[in-house]
Amino acid sequence: MALFQSVFGMLYQFGDTFAFLVISCAGLAVIFGMMGVINLAHGEFIMCGAYVTASAARAGLPLPLAILTGALVAGLVGMLVERLVIRHLYHRPLDSIIATWGISLIATQGVLIVLGSTMQGVGTPLGSIDVGGRSYSLYRLVLMACALGLLGGLYVLFYHSRFGVIARATIQKPQMAHALGVNTGRMYGLTFGLGAALAGLAGGLYAPTMTMVPTMGSTFMVESFVTVVVGGADIFVGAAPAAAILALIKAGLTAWYGQLFGQIGLLVTVILVIRILPGGLSGWLKGTTR
Amino acid sequence: MTLNTTDTVPRSRARRLFSRLEGPQTMGSGPAFWTVAALVLGVAAAYPLIADAWTVGNAAYFLIWTFMAMGLGVVWGYAGALSFGQTAFFGLAGYAYGVITINLGTAYGLTIVALLLSVAIGGLFALVIGYFMFYGRIQGVFIGIVTLSVTLVLETFMAQTAGPQWRIGEARLNGFNGMSGMPPLTLPWFGGDIVLYPGPPLYYLLLGLVVICYLGLRILLNSPFGNVLVAIRENPHRVGMLGYDVRLYQMLAFGIGGAFAALSGALYTAWGQYITPSSMGLTSAALPIVWVAVGGRRDITATLIGTLVVLAGFQTLTIYGSQYALVVMGALLLVTVLAAPQGLIVGAMTLLGRLFQRSKT
Repeated sequence: MALFQSVFGMLYQFGDTFAFLVISCAGLAVIFGMMGVINLAHGEFIMCGAYVTASAARAGLPLPLAILTGALVAGLVGMLVERLVIRHLYHRPLDSIIATWGISLIATQGVLIVLGSTMQGVGTPLGSIDVGGRSYSLYRLVLMACALGLLGGLYVLFYHSRFGVIARATIQKPQMAHALGVNTGRMYGLTFGLGAALAGLAGGLYAPTMTMVPTMGSTFMVESFVTVVVGGADIFVGAAPAAAILALIKAGLTAWYGQLFGQIGLLVTVILVIRILPGGLSGWLKGTTR
Repeated sequence: MTLNTTDTVPRSRARRLFSRLEGPQTMGSGPAFWTVAALVLGVAAAYPLIADAWTVGNAAYFLIWTFMAMGLGVVWGYAGALSFGQTAFFGLAGYAYGVITINLGTAYGLTIVALLLSVAIGGLFALVIGYFMFYGRIQGVFIGIVTLSVTLVLETFMAQTAGPQWRIGEARLNGFNGMSGMPPLTLPWFGGDIVLYPGPPLYYLLLGLVVICYLGLRILLNSPFGNVLVAIRENPHRVGMLGYDVRLYQMLAFGIGGAFAALSGALYTAWGQYITPSSMGLTSAALPIVWVAVGGRRDITATLIGTLVVLAGFQTLTIYGSQYALVVMGALLLVTVLAAPQGLIVGAMTLLGRLFQRSKT
């Protein structure tokens, strides 16, 4: 029983980290993988989703609906940002980083000014289950399922839907897609909106487990960037396995040495991975199958 | 003046070195430019005579940051590698200065040694990070992400060093609250050390350092090394084909940038006698980017002027409404990137140069 208990504990820890990495990096990976834009305002889209979710939930909306509202609002904000700013910077990737950072500064400080330094959140729903004398949060188990569902949903969307085909065509050969009658400008806008909505979804899903502060987005930053760097440009071949590997490293190190070493382990992994596999996991995997 | 054959060789070498103060990689040349530069320096040198000690200490505070900005200018503007993590080297050197001075004390000019050691530590750390990044051939946006992760992880690490077990010799790291109580820079002098508290003496020391670093960077950037850096920024593949080791040049440029950030960090710690983990946080990391982007990253003069202007503006803003300062910073970044991608100061300098040209012809 003690063995089962510790195995379950390890699995829970691993699954929890894995879910966090997948959910928090999905939006970033879509925007980077599809458009080559590093979105430093990623954390602020997460914050936007979380704030909207919390407000909607406290206004009486059931939590799943509130989370969807949060994602939707973040997505709309994302499309607006794309139209106003990002659109002008597609041929200058470094400048798009700077611009999104500017947006992030404005958003964090703006929210602090308008809404104050903290906001009332929503409690973690669903309670906890008891396994071998230790209690585990049921909501976090739901989050793990959400992470897997998210990966599956994105796979279907990008590989088995009309939107996915057109989006991938636009990314690979913009001129050709344009010549075939695709409104490429609209596709870029929609893809960026999708990325922002996924970030909002991350914020919504984690809103019940976190304190609502304007800087909450930055807690997601390091982990999601690390996952995208290790994974490379492709979200399915890269980010998902990267999240699994990083979760294993982080959960292991956290269990044995504590939170800090988990984070340092992540950093060391990243530095080693970029030295050995410059294209990230997806570049390496695709290179070997080619 | 008699011609001495034995020192013509070194003299011509020196002349060649100084002729590199002007060149294709830096704006501003000719007697007009240097006259204006000398005038500005003269005004800066006379400033403590007309201002009170507090204002001079404050001006010294501005000068401290210019080193980090110039270093970022070299890395980002000239070598084309956007680093978000200059604050990592800043913070590391700041902590190094604190730890070394608290342990060694201030006698015999040891604080100067501590300053040099901190710069070396920061520069070496930058070289190591640069080795992994550039020899891993990661490019473009990824450099920004990796450097940002480095500085954020360092912040997290320093923030949790609260307990009494986190000490290096006599120096307690003190976690989130940061280190304090390290001595300021002290110059050994006949009849008693000169302790450089914020005020005119420190101001003059920093002003001298800024002039040396600025002129040194001008020479470096117009040398073959600087030309190769600019060529790498424009087209790394072609530079590689011409037989240069692109990775080595980028790594060295990154090391130089890191050392400059480290100089800022050590000086900052010596100036205020404290250093906190938040100096490596996200907001702090954004500031050098703002200065350099707004001023103009592709010219060291514009970077220097832009940094001072933005810093002064930022402080004025903080007096009137500190909460809006960051919003304005963000808006400034957006406007610069969208409307004047070369930077505002570079735009103004190009305009001035064109007016001069027109009046000449």
